[in-house]
Amino acid sequence: MSRKVLLTSKEIHIILHRLACQLLENHLEFKNTALIGIQPRGIFLARRLTGILKESYGVEHIDLGYLDITFFRDDFRRGDKTLEASSTRMDFLVEGRKVVLIDDVLYTGRSIRAALTAIQSFGRPSEIELLTLIDRRFSRHLPIQPNYKGRQVDAINEEKVLVHWEENNGKDVIYLVNK
Amino acid sequence: MSSLSVEHLLGIKYLKEADIQLIFETADHFKEVINRSIKKVPSLRDITIANIFFENSTRTRLSFELAEKRLSADIVNFSAAQSSVKKGETLIDTVNNILSMKVDMVVMRHPNPGAGVFLARHVKAAIVNAGDGAHEHPTQALLDSYSIREKLGDVAGKKVVIVGDILHSRVALSNIFALRLQGAKVKVCGPRTLLPKYIESLGIEVETDLRKALNWCDVANMLRIQSERMDMSYFPTTREYTQQFGINKALLNSLERDIVIMHPGPINRGVEITSDVADSKQSIILNQVENGVAIRMAVIYLLASKIK
Repeated sequence: MSRKVLLTSKEIHIILHRLACQLLENHLEFKNTALIGIQPRGIFLARRLTGILKESYGVEHIDLGYLDITFFRDDFRRGDKTLEASSTRMDFLVEGRKVVLIDDVLYTGRSIRAALTAIQSFGRPSEIELLTLIDRRFSRHLPIQPNYKGRQVDAINEEKVLVHWEENNGKDVIYLVNK
Repeated sequence: MSSLSVEHLLGIKYLKEADIQLIFETADHFKEVINRSIKKVPSLRDITIANIFFENSTRTRLSFELAEKRLSADIVNFSAAQSSVKKGETLIDTVNNILSMKVDMVVMRHPNPGAGVFLARHVKAAIVNAGDGAHEHPTQALLDSYSIREKLGDVAGKKVVIVGDILHSRVALSNIFALRLQGAKVKVCGPRTLLPKYIESLGIEVETDLRKALNWCDVANMLRIQSERMDMSYFPTTREYTQQFGINKALLNSLERDIVIMHPGPINRGVEITSDVADSKQSIILNQVENGVAIRMAVIYLLASKIK
């Protein structure tokens, strides 16, 4: 197994600020917009962006939710393992509002498909956008594209993108791992 | 651990502590799901479940049915009263006929102890025991422990007394197994005639004085007298039973501290529990019912994920 660094901590920092600015451009004060991190990995990115928007760009309040998609996945009973759920936390209504789904890596698009179904259990958003840090652009199984992306990567199926966050791995870094 | 150690839920006896924790953690997520405006997830849309009830039931059957529907499973219901069982069909034949219609899971209630175990040996489907005679009622015990965990934070170390007709109760036996497995202390309380002879061998204590038992415990689980399973007289009169083993508000208020009151239902108001106790703040009877759906969703989800 070999791994190479795809993005360093500094590059991630710059990208996060760019993504925050792009979000700000479209949603300004986030009054009618909710950010929703997809469990389990998307919540770190969602938390970071929320933090940057509040601290560096003076946004006062952002509705931040966590959405678990386990029960909406299309691979139930297709693998050997039981799909384990994470918690969902949505303390606000999405009905009639804009929603930005946030995940760290966009690969086949199946998680996002599940998230699009899952979000409907909470209401009918007026609009849904997608933000991902890494877009593995040639690996899609479904016609799903991000509205905001950190970095596009042309990785083959044997490769895996590994995202480490300071809060749980000690350091911000993204690796491309060859299995 | 991310999957159950068993293929069927036949009794708490066959579970490990980690299985119970996994069921509880999964139920936490389903509890959140059933409080959404749309209370349904599509996980089990390619699973068909047969609910086979050879005995009467209100709560359990409805609760299982709701749990299955909220997981998007297809369901068929069968109750013995309206079926060919009355024409002399055997259990295996009945179930195999249902399974040949491509059913993946069977939820069964049956008056004979061990009916679930028997079925699991002979038919190819995941079996969930929804009560087998006076033997086990695993989902009830799970939801009882889950409700204790929700109310008191943890089950380990808690003192639970089960009061009433222990002899005929599957709820009591499953609860004893579940509570012991999680490290709770258990006592049973009731007339000697309604306590099984070797009950102490399960590692629990017997108390025949209700006041003493209630002063000892954190949680009291009140059980109904199962007259339908009684072939002889076990106590002189219902009135006498109520005086000695029924809980009322005066008794509850006179205890040294506040305890939690549970009841698996159906309640015989005025017999084992008075209305003012059943409807009091200390009672979590309706929480138990709500948690029943989440627990059954968790059990069905986890078992279904093992069906190949």
